Amino acid sequence: MKTEFDNKNKFLFVYLSGEIDHHSAIDIRMEIDKKISQLKPKKLILDYSDITFMDSSGIGLIMGRHRLMQSIAGETEVTNVPPKMYKVVKLSGIEKIGKVSVKQR
Amino acid sequence: MKVTNSMRTIVDSRSVNEGFARVTVSTFASQLDPTVEELSDIKTAVSEAVTNCIVHAYREKSGKIYISTDILDDSIVRIKIRDRGCGIDDIQQAMEPLYSSLGGERAGLGFAVMESFMDKIKVRSTPGKGTTVTLQKKINGKYNHD
Repeated sequence: MKTEFDNKNKFLFVYLSGEIDHHSAIDIRMEIDKKISQLKPKKLILDYSDITFMDSSGIGLIMGRHRLMQSIAGETEVTNVPPKMYKVVKLSGIEKIGKVSVKQR
Repeated sequence: MKVTNSMRTIVDSRSVNEGFARVTVSTFASQLDPTVEELSDIKTAVSEAVTNCIVHAYREKSGKIYISTDILDDSIVRIKIRDRGCGIDDIQQAMEPLYSSLGGERAGLGFAVMESFMDKIKVRSTPGKGTTVTLQKKINGKYNHD
């Protein structure tokens, strides 16, 4: 599990990898939130390309960051969700309930 | 239905065991030659059930999580995940999608994922005593394209 960041013109790209469950989400969340509070981005882009497994903690992670971004008037986007992981995203209805745009790989 | 093979494992309610639990169960279920998607469904459902034991049933304390997996006739896998934690007062509410007693970082999707990724789910709970979640899925498998 390694999380990489790239910050361009107030766009914060977060490249996640490995497995997202309740256990790993704790550290990932802390790392991302630290960057958000440092950089105050306009947009947060969570890249799920290299995620090999996720349960609903992967959705909780998105929802929590979305709320944090809203508090600083920012947007959240989730991108490159692998087909295997998209099933949980679809079930969650996160694309409808929040203003989070989710793109499949 | 006859049990043709079975496996038992007991883990402490530590979040680091979530990965171990889902991999152990899915590895055992692999003898039915599931597809990649079926295997991923099992892993995800088990991960949700075990996480519930850790974050809800035992909360701040620690306890044991009892996992049993049976292979039944007709390529069915049945997984029981049991705890001796606090139990669920209102099962119907707990199973409601997007409801979470914890809010915040929990999406409230645990039971919704288990329901949609498995064929059957049964939840038995006694407040103060514990909860047993039984998950069942028929494995159509890689070699069954009819």
